[in-house]
Amino acid sequence: MAGRRTLSAAPVLLAVTFGVFALAALSPFDPVKAYAGTAGLTASQAELDQLRINLGVDRPLVARWWDWLTSALTGDLGTSAVMRQPVADVIAERVGWSALLAACAFTAAVLAGTVLGVLAARRTGGPLDRTVSALAYTLEAAPAFWLALLAIWFFSVRLGALPSGGLTDAGSDTVTFAQVASHLVLPALVLGVSQLPWFFLYVRQGVADALAEDPVRGARARGLAERRVLLGHALRSGMLPMLTLIGSRVPELITGALLVETVFSWPGVAAATVQAATSVDFPLLAALTVLATGAVLAGNLLSDLLYGLADPRVGFDG
Amino acid sequence: MAEQVWRTRGGARRSTRTLRVRACAAVMAVVVLAVLVVPPLAQLDQQAVDLAAKLQPPSWAHPFGTDDVGRDLLLRCVHGLRVSLLVGLVAALVATVIGTAVGAAAGALGGWADRIAMRVVDTLSAIPHLLLGIFVVAVFRPGLWPVVASVAVTHWLSTARIVRAEVLSLRGRPYVDAAVSGGASRWRVAVRHLVPGILPQAGLAAVLMIPHAMWHESALSFLGLGLPAHQASLGNLVQGARGSLLAGHWWPTLFPGLLLIVPTLAIAGLAGAWRDRLNPRRRSELTL
Repeated sequence: MAGRRTLSAAPVLLAVTFGVFALAALSPFDPVKAYAGTAGLTASQAELDQLRINLGVDRPLVARWWDWLTSALTGDLGTSAVMRQPVADVIAERVGWSALLAACAFTAAVLAGTVLGVLAARRTGGPLDRTVSALAYTLEAAPAFWLALLAIWFFSVRLGALPSGGLTDAGSDTVTFAQVASHLVLPALVLGVSQLPWFFLYVRQGVADALAEDPVRGARARGLAERRVLLGHALRSGMLPMLTLIGSRVPELITGALLVETVFSWPGVAAATVQAATSVDFPLLAALTVLATGAVLAGNLLSDLLYGLADPRVGFDG
Repeated sequence: MAEQVWRTRGGARRSTRTLRVRACAAVMAVVVLAVLVVPPLAQLDQQAVDLAAKLQPPSWAHPFGTDDVGRDLLLRCVHGLRVSLLVGLVAALVATVIGTAVGAAAGALGGWADRIAMRVVDTLSAIPHLLLGIFVVAVFRPGLWPVVASVAVTHWLSTARIVRAEVLSLRGRPYVDAAVSGGASRWRVAVRHLVPGILPQAGLAAVLMIPHAMWHESALSFLGLGLPAHQASLGNLVQGARGSLLAGHWWPTLFPGLLLIVPTLAIAGLAGAWRDRLNPRRRSELTL
């Protein structure tokens, strides 16, 4: 079941790698001139042609794609020009930091969204619900990079309480837990806040709907405490659709990470993607695009599996 | 209990809803008017440098303050909003045309065409939008048209899905069957029965896409992968203000971002009202 789902993701991933190569082939950007740099202006045509053959750019698109794919399967993703190291090393060094940031932000968003959602759903249309909902819509419309900059202004410049970027203090060689923790707070906060509105609105809607259903009425009729009704009955059934949607939030999380990591100079893969794009570092950009696609597909797979586990009426192959 | 709250507040809710729609319409009117009228009519140069008045906080002379070379931020924001709205409109239009064409063709033709089109949609949806946009802009170099193209190629997917579903549901309706058995040509069925049915949904999707496209453009411009400096959009303004922000000047960052949020909320509010009219049974929350 899970295996079949995974297998159906493979063609998508293959198509994405090919699409990435096809797009790059359409690009007006000449990798030979980029590689040669200023020397390319004075080099003779014969030298440029030789370089073209050495780089393998003269070969047909499908052949280049096949070469990339076969060497990628053995762990060789080429060399990144902007990072000056193999792409596989860049990813290995950075993916952990990205995962740490995303996990902290996601956990914070889920916890805060659930608490606020339940409180708001308790009295739909009440003052708390109206305030938090209006705030959620505004936050949803606010670009993450703008929130990040305002957070830097308030917490780093104005209060001087938290560092404004990086992983460790400037001049420090070792990565200590305390330093990473203090540098993690702001990016995780901003990324979490940018994901929060969605969680909040979902929990609020789910719990509000569940409160109007028969099991809750039954629980009330049996005289259960309000807290028990809210948390034990309404939240439980209201959370069901939400649980399954968590995996489908990966694209938004990646989008947020691209902006937040860049603003905070967080040494993750998302910031590296932006760097690769600004300097047209194709091997790195291609590998990171495929990595992100893989993460999205994994998230979808997780959603499907959770759906099957949480709701036995849904078969895995349904 | 929840039902009681709904019932007792029904009247009040409806009136706040109307009020909200009117407020959204008023905000959009002001925004559109400002963007259309100010740049061509006002004889003001947004690039006018006044080093004596650099980084002035908001005041009556400069309601949004001035930036690090003394340019008036209100004027720059209006110009930036003009660029952002324009890119948003064009990109949303292009994306809607692509999405409607693909979705309608897939739904109407069915079979292999449908399967292939939906596979393409599924594959493209697996790449995060902003990442795909970054990729497109990176390989084609930043500029106005690559940005419009990158937003358009990432945003037509949802429209294609919506339109396809709509066409599939319309195809099974009795009045379409009646037209077919009455001997109407395929073309006539498509033009008279299918197109009017999908237009409202496609239009709604297009309107909702405008803020999304604006957001996208501003993110690309902020990352330095968007519009060139002489076509500064709101994203460029936020990017350009980073230096002053670290020196403690908040206004060059705050106002461009606010100007991105306000039209987004107004458009979403209007689109939500429209959706409620299209489908009164599903009074869903306005989503962005």
